[in-house]
Amino acid sequence: MLLTRLKAGGPAIAKQGILVAFIVFMIAFSLMSDRFLSADNIMSVFRQSAIIGVMAIGVTIVVIGGNLDLSVGSMLSFATVLVVDLHDKIGPELAIPVMIMATLCLGAINGFLIGILRLNSLIVTLGMLSAIQGLVLIYSGGQNVDIADQSGTWFAVFGRGAVFGIATPIIIFLGLALIFHVIMTTMPFGRRVHAVGGNPTASVFSGIPRSRIVFMTYLISALCVAIAAIILGSRVMGSQNNVGQGYELQVLAAVILGGTSLLGGSGSILRTVLGVLMLAFIQNGLILMGQPYYTQWLVTWAVIIVAVWLDVAAKRGRLFSPIA
Amino acid sequence: MANFTQIPLLRWLMRNPIWGFVLIVFIFFSLAADNFFSERNLMNIVVQTSTIGLIALGMTLVMINGNIDLSVGATLALAAAFAVDVQSWAAFATWGNWQILPAVCIALLVGILMGAINGFIVWKTGVDAFIVTLGAMLGIRGLVFVYTGEQSFYAMNFAYSDFSFMTIGPFPVLAVIFAVAVIAVHLLLSRTVHGRNTYAVGGNREAAVNAGIRVGPHMMINFMLIGFLAALSGVLLSTQMGAATPNLGRDYELWVITAVVLGGTKLTGGKGDIIGTLGGVLAIGILRNGMNLMQVPAFYVLVILGSILIAVLFLDKRFNRSADGGLRL
Repeated sequence: MLLTRLKAGGPAIAKQGILVAFIVFMIAFSLMSDRFLSADNIMSVFRQSAIIGVMAIGVTIVVIGGNLDLSVGSMLSFATVLVVDLHDKIGPELAIPVMIMATLCLGAINGFLIGILRLNSLIVTLGMLSAIQGLVLIYSGGQNVDIADQSGTWFAVFGRGAVFGIATPIIIFLGLALIFHVIMTTMPFGRRVHAVGGNPTASVFSGIPRSRIVFMTYLISALCVAIAAIILGSRVMGSQNNVGQGYELQVLAAVILGGTSLLGGSGSILRTVLGVLMLAFIQNGLILMGQPYYTQWLVTWAVIIVAVWLDVAAKRGRLFSPIA
Repeated sequence: MANFTQIPLLRWLMRNPIWGFVLIVFIFFSLAADNFFSERNLMNIVVQTSTIGLIALGMTLVMINGNIDLSVGATLALAAAFAVDVQSWAAFATWGNWQILPAVCIALLVGILMGAINGFIVWKTGVDAFIVTLGAMLGIRGLVFVYTGEQSFYAMNFAYSDFSFMTIGPFPVLAVIFAVAVIAVHLLLSRTVHGRNTYAVGGNREAAVNAGIRVGPHMMINFMLIGFLAALSGVLLSTQMGAATPNLGRDYELWVITAVVLGGTKLTGGKGDIIGTLGGVLAIGILRNGMNLMQVPAFYVLVILGSILIAVLFLDKRFNRSADGGLRL
């Protein structure tokens, strides 16, 4: 049954599988909790998902380019500790650009090793994950940092402020998603990233500067991390030195859920946003239903595997793998 | 140059560069750190590395297969929780010290079951192991929290926590278990049909299918093996602490993969061995222990290990042009 349906109208549905699943979850949760669909709750889910969301935008671009970035979690710790620590030392107007530059340097190291030297991205970013975590601890001396004057600083606007009643993190997240969506779908750069991820050899023969494109994707990823760190630092007004630990895998889970292929060459920023929101709404819905927070991990487990499975099944036209 | 390659030891070191590194750091710390070169400390290193080492043995199999397992840290925590909790079940209340036996058996079975679930999903759905085990890493950690209710379990039977201090002759029992596991997995990989198939499946999956290897069940067995080894590691870790915490084993998957990659196993599959993995594990263990003795803050170890990982990858790429090293998905 399912098999034939997959063959017939399958690909079209499977392509929008994440959207269908999203709607199903939304309906299910709104039936089970009357607070779920209230404007307040939806706003708070969007606001909470902004940090993971901003990071996921960058990682999506890296993955479309055919690579992975596992270092974003450590990089978030690095950027947040740096911006919070520098805030009191040199003031926010200097702290933000300094932090962005430092984070871009880390991104450039990733980009150099993976784009120019062509080393395996999984291992390089794994190494960077531990190296950057070490750097954070050396920098902070193992201490947590915080901002002394929390009410008087304009730095608060990024995490706690609002424009026209919409919280700034939401505006930053959705605005950034829109900008990068336009870049990835309409501009030459976006086409080149798709080409490099889809078929690296062919892209080189077509005259695309593969090394430079991969390098750029890691710079973008680092930039997104820096922006996420501004939101996080501003919201918490302080930072633990391992605040980003484990974020890399949550971000990757959202990207995969959004249907971006780890093989590279295909994926979409807007669907990643959907993946991020879906994970956030699952978390929120389960908590509203009175479940402990860790049940979301069990649900996420099932959702990720089923989503990717249906995607893979639609592509090969068979539900089960033909491997004996 | 020609003369150097005549010497068997040097030739061997060139094929296993990580052992050269192990040798260098070993000599360095023996000279630089006061208490490093003592029988007690060396045994300590083996015991400390056995936790990551046991899992790395399984990861070597899985990675030679061309797969990866990110869920080992969570499996370790789940097994540890079972091992400590089952002892206090009312059913075994009258068993005395024998109550440890069913507890450990259940814990190991749970590990095998988690591996079987991963392997079965990889086999049947054809979804890449990276994604399957990434999901399982979250999901199994969820199971740990559901099972423990976010509490730590403490072993009430002191025989359990005394186990880790036992010795067989001059050797700590944990070191002996690790050594036995190393030899067993090494023999499995180098002397048996299953081991040969492991390389075949990782080297060329299509060809392996055509050669009549049942690739799906084969991969599932390797996932069950890594599940077992992760569970064993969890049990041994909980005997050392006399307790099991829900956050046990976080980030272990990263350490384990680092160790295995340092040992020369390729992410693309088809290449690697236990001797290399043992070198990778010892390199990490000696570095951590030696720097600890020299009172270098643990932070620097992270930076150094990350840098070494990337350096090894770079050197490997420079000197083995054939090594592509791309992740197969």
